[in-house]
Amino acid sequence: MTGLLADLGRASLGVCERLGRGHLFLLQIFLGLPSLARRPRLLMVQVWSVGVQSLLIIVVAGTFVGMVLALQGYNTLVTFGAEQSLGVVVAKSLLRELGPVIAALLFAGRAGSALTAEIGFMKATEQLSAMEMMAVNPVHRIVVPRFVAGVTAMPLLATIFTAVGILGGHFCGVGLLGVDDGAFWSQMQAKVMLVDDVLNGVLIKSLVFGFVVSWIAVFEGYDAVPTSEGVSAATTRTVVHSSLAILALDFILTGLMFN
Amino acid sequence: MRNPDPPIVCIRDLRFQRGARLIFDGIDLDIQRGKVTAILGPSGTGKTTLLRLIGGQLAPSGGSVLVEGQDVQQLGQSALYTLRKRMGMLFQSGALLTDLTVFENVAFPLREHTNLTPALLRSLVLMKLEMVGLRGARDLYPRELSGGMARRVALARAIALDPNMILYDEPFSGQDPISMGILVRLIRELSDALGLTSVLVSHDVAETNSIADYIYVLAGAKIVGVGTPAQLQASSSPMVRQFMGGLADGPVPFHFPARGYLEDLLAPTP
Amino acid sequence: MKDPRLMEISVGAFVAIGLAALLLLALKVANLTQFSPPPGYEVTAYFDNIGGLQVRSPVKMGGVLIGRITHIGFDSKRFQAVVTLRINQIYDGIPSDTAANVYTAGLLGEQYVGLEAGGDDTSLVAGDEITITQSAVVLEKALQEFLYNKTAKSSSPGS
Repeated sequence: MTGLLADLGRASLGVCERLGRGHLFLLQIFLGLPSLARRPRLLMVQVWSVGVQSLLIIVVAGTFVGMVLALQGYNTLVTFGAEQSLGVVVAKSLLRELGPVIAALLFAGRAGSALTAEIGFMKATEQLSAMEMMAVNPVHRIVVPRFVAGVTAMPLLATIFTAVGILGGHFCGVGLLGVDDGAFWSQMQAKVMLVDDVLNGVLIKSLVFGFVVSWIAVFEGYDAVPTSEGVSAATTRTVVHSSLAILALDFILTGLMFN
Repeated sequence: MRNPDPPIVCIRDLRFQRGARLIFDGIDLDIQRGKVTAILGPSGTGKTTLLRLIGGQLAPSGGSVLVEGQDVQQLGQSALYTLRKRMGMLFQSGALLTDLTVFENVAFPLREHTNLTPALLRSLVLMKLEMVGLRGARDLYPRELSGGMARRVALARAIALDPNMILYDEPFSGQDPISMGILVRLIRELSDALGLTSVLVSHDVAETNSIADYIYVLAGAKIVGVGTPAQLQASSSPMVRQFMGGLADGPVPFHFPARGYLEDLLAPTP
Repeated sequence: MKDPRLMEISVGAFVAIGLAALLLLALKVANLTQFSPPPGYEVTAYFDNIGGLQVRSPVKMGGVLIGRITHIGFDSKRFQAVVTLRINQIYDGIPSDTAANVYTAGLLGEQYVGLEAGGDDTSLVAGDEITITQSAVVLEKALQEFLYNKTAKSSSPGS
């Protein structure tokens, strides 16, 4: 019994300690931000690797999600004779929830895991240590550009995902199912609000998700046990923790924004 | 000490503990300017840890490490970084940045710390690569290099900022005889031609003997022997004799510390 | 990939695509409705019952969108709902005896305020009140009345 309690205590302390280290690490990242301003090129390379490299999966996934939404929405709406509202259904669900959330989940799997693996590998092969010995701060040189690139790329990716999804929904609804083109857009335009749906929905949510996913990813990489198993475990943790964080935060943000 | 200069590295009563294990227990060590000083010892005696303590990457549990008269532990980050620019370190694995070419790896410290024109940077990098004989490999990526070549590139990178001192971590381990010969020659040449201070930790007795000016023998968390290679060969200390002669058992035990063999075998399974 | 020029171009293209997507969302999807409301003037109207009317519900005249509802309040003296309507400036010649009704678009659609022009020579200006109003049709009430009439009718010839 006392053994169980001791295990529980040790586990909780471990979680607290990790959380503390994670926050201190975030502080280090913030302190390193000015260094990035002097080296914007580093950021560009990372935007390329987390943003441009994720573009394909985002576009493909966005198209299909939009098409499926239109298909399912049509089947439900047509029983009420309200298939004219298909545009609203597709646009609202993509803007408020599916766009930012699915884009962030894909981002965590595609870019977050790659970030963790890359930084963890650099740690395991002493590249970070070598930088320190060359008087180069690895947090400034390696972590900060990757973190900022993740935070910047995520809203762009989510916006692209949402836009492509709406176009996919249009293709499926108007092109394949025969919903009126004018009604599709005009109903959407009447109901979608720039601040509520586009700004709060897509942009703010994806900015928060991008921040959290990038933070988890760079921290897990930097904190990884410098062995093959350590890096692979850290990569798994990045995907699992980011995904859970995205879903939990989405619930909180939805509650705050749309109530 | 025959050299009147103050030593470049001065370690006094250094203690270091990792977990419950005592790695160093009161070590005194001096590294003379412009000489090749080797620290010999069996694997697992914390030789790499010693280099990291000199570089300020680890903090000792007690005692002091003075580099160029400055206590490494007391330095703030910027002062420590200034000091490290005058210090090169060659990691055991080479630790080259895997996403950069050989050229960019050597250029890395220069790009980070100087504002050279591209033309000047290029000539400097090519000079450093020429020194290690790898000017022709400048466009290769680290994954395309053999272990020995990677270490030579890492050496070129370590001397890119013209440091006063280079720390070599196990430069000979896992090398074929040819690349070992090349490295031995390089270390000696760098030391003689550029007046660099070299500190190398190793367990390869023969190679170390061939290039070192001074050798410290480390065993059981303590320094057990100091002197020139010749002095150590003639040493009567059983520890030094065991290590220099490569004997399997002796004062440095073959067995990792454990309870009695019989007791262990008869102990009930937990 | 290692060509820096190519990388610059692709990052530039990525950012451009992202901004284009944002523009699409703002212009084509949201139609910038909330961002820059067209210039307009506000009038109020009292209703006994506004039903499901909400802020930003449309104000229509002859089926054309001419403004939106900007505020809904409750007057505790008159026990009526106060609705503020913002009418676009271009529709400035609306007679002051215009009637406001709460309608429902279709059977299950959203509710809106429909204006029906009167014949007065003076026009509505900012701050005016629309006095002739008709409340929302509450479905339960309408059904109740309908059923009541039905039973009244069907029982009267029988008796």
